[in-house]
Amino acid sequence: MPLTPVLSRRWNDPESWTLAAYERTDGYLALRKALTMQPDEITAVIKDSNLRGRGGAGFPTGMKWGFIPQAKPGETSGPGLKPKYLVVNADEGEPGTCRDLPQMMNDPHSMIEGIVIASFAIRAHLAVIYVRGEAVHALRRVRAAVDEAYAAGYLGNNVLMSGYDLEVVVHPGAGAYICGEETALLDSLEGYRGQPRLKPPFPAVSGLYSSPTVVNNVGTLASVPPILLNGADWWKQMGPEVSPGTSVYSVTGRVVRPGQYEAPMGTTLRELLEMCGGVREGHSLKFWTPGGSSTPLFTDEHLDVALDFDGVAAAGSMNGTSALMIFDDGDCIVRAVGRWIKFYAHESCGKCTPCREGNPWMVQILDRIERGQATEEEVDQLLDICDNILGRSFCAFGDGAVSPVLSSIQYFRQEYLDHLTRGGCPLDPELARQPELAAAGSTA
Amino acid sequence: MTEGGAGESGRHSAAYGRHGTAHTVAGPVDIGDLGASLTEEAVPEDVPPLTEQTRREAREIIARYPRPRSALLPMLHLVQSVQGYVSSAGVALCAEELNLTKAEVGAVVTFYTMFKRRPAGEYLISVCTNTLCGFLGGEEIYAAIQEQLGVQHDQTTTDGQFTLEHAECLAACDYAPVVTVNYEFYDQQSVESTTALVDALRSGDRPAPTRGAPLCSFRETSREIAGFGSAQRTAAALVGPSVGEPSLAGLRLAAERGEQAPAGGPSAPAGKDA
Repeated sequence: MPLTPVLSRRWNDPESWTLAAYERTDGYLALRKALTMQPDEITAVIKDSNLRGRGGAGFPTGMKWGFIPQAKPGETSGPGLKPKYLVVNADEGEPGTCRDLPQMMNDPHSMIEGIVIASFAIRAHLAVIYVRGEAVHALRRVRAAVDEAYAAGYLGNNVLMSGYDLEVVVHPGAGAYICGEETALLDSLEGYRGQPRLKPPFPAVSGLYSSPTVVNNVGTLASVPPILLNGADWWKQMGPEVSPGTSVYSVTGRVVRPGQYEAPMGTTLRELLEMCGGVREGHSLKFWTPGGSSTPLFTDEHLDVALDFDGVAAAGSMNGTSALMIFDDGDCIVRAVGRWIKFYAHESCGKCTPCREGNPWMVQILDRIERGQATEEEVDQLLDICDNILGRSFCAFGDGAVSPVLSSIQYFRQEYLDHLTRGGCPLDPELARQPELAAAGSTA
Repeated sequence: MTEGGAGESGRHSAAYGRHGTAHTVAGPVDIGDLGASLTEEAVPEDVPPLTEQTRREAREIIARYPRPRSALLPMLHLVQSVQGYVSSAGVALCAEELNLTKAEVGAVVTFYTMFKRRPAGEYLISVCTNTLCGFLGGEEIYAAIQEQLGVQHDQTTTDGQFTLEHAECLAACDYAPVVTVNYEFYDQQSVESTTALVDALRSGDRPAPTRGAPLCSFRETSREIAGFGSAQRTAAALVGPSVGEPSLAGLRLAAERGEQAPAGGPSAPAGKDA
């Protein structure tokens, strides 16, 4: 696959975050076009493009917009008459995921233009951008871009003299990974602890302030202007028909040139490794995440899996946020999973018992396994705990937490057991000096 | 202002404090510090009071939203910007302005990592110790800074200059291992570079972040997060760098290979895709 920069194409332009730079490169032309269309026509184009949400779940964007109830002529009550809202999920924090921050820092107007188009399509007059609180530089750039867009008439009353009004509020989070879950984000935005809501009702019916709400990711919205400007067919030239377009692949970890590589959906790790210079010298690929730490791990068996929503699902994982964390033969699987589960234990919002209690329990077991102080039964106990977390909590957080545990035991059970028989990590340099242990480590 | 802190009891040092090989083993579980009580009211002497200006600005925040309570998170960043932490006075101010109980506000404060419950230092140093940064050197960096500063997670040095924390993923994995100071990025760090950074800060310098604005104090950064800041600061902050090689790796390779999105797409250098 060739590289196809669309979302990332302006990131290296001089002062790329400014309105002037954005307008020099087609900026706000798609909005001008959108304002000549009927709102439902815009949604139809997005539906036709098969754009799927870039926040991780991959839900069809046009369909999501279409779920917003709209008042029918003569209707005097019902959800269609409530105010509608667009909420932007810019709370990037999934381990491995690092493409929304550069988008907002280097090309905030691409997201803002997408916001205006999406809001117009769903008839919203307020959009809120929920930016991760720690992302101060992104917050600055987004706020400045919103101010510029107001001053230029792209936001506010009577957008570009069209008669359409849109207010945009930039909202800072305060440090809670769970607020990337859309209903937790909405609770947080309403000034509460960020704990997920039970669905249904879905946000499209009862979201922000119990009103119909679309929650879209930064990259999803930044994809909207080029699709509208160039057409759904242009977008569908890239990647597979049902999961088309580009993806900004974040290739990180044990590779020669970690970074952002924007290529058509369906690009493989083999191709991406070739782009980024491969795994660090003297080592070989061992395990990797296709879409962040919440997606089941892949191994060197999966080099040719097409990295799009369906391709990854067919191979037993999830495309998530195209966040490829690469680990090699020097990296201990138990240690890696232990650190991730520590993260989930820390970030569990505490609402659902299986997730709140199960994750700290798994941290303890993984820690003992890493030190070689557990029994084989405890490896199976991990599986049992996962079974009691998976599908038994309000949101997908618990399901995400069990992903690395289950997949690592599936592919590397022997390495777990080697910790127990060796009384420590088989990859530990001290232990590895003993030849038989080195042999055990290299078979992992 | 040393913070021994309820609930610390050295557990973090067991979890992260070891040096040495790339394969140190973690100690007992630690899933977070329940921290100081919100009801205690031993306000340190050098913490400035909340003023009428704070209240005015809180109302400005409230006015941004259709419903007042949505303003709570930025309001808490605001009171933190005055006092360096969310004090019980800060909780009370937010409660009054939003017509909530202090318990309701306290429940929100304790949920979010960024709200500090003891005065933070001038510089909040956050070292990512999640798996990827941790493997690439983050754990060694964290251990070294712990030793250098003589404090553990969520503790502040006695001179009030530094607060240290091990952070969860900072969304900069392509620049691993990553450290932030007052949330500005210091990318691709090593033990040497981070200890040198701390030494520089100690001696009164403020080395520029790799990506982000010229460094200011924790309180000033909190003020920016709340949505306030002088025009002068804002102008200077905006132009702070935001890309390094990892962000541009794909773009550079595409240019080198002459690859781009299909024709009919967004403006790009002349030349068709193969």
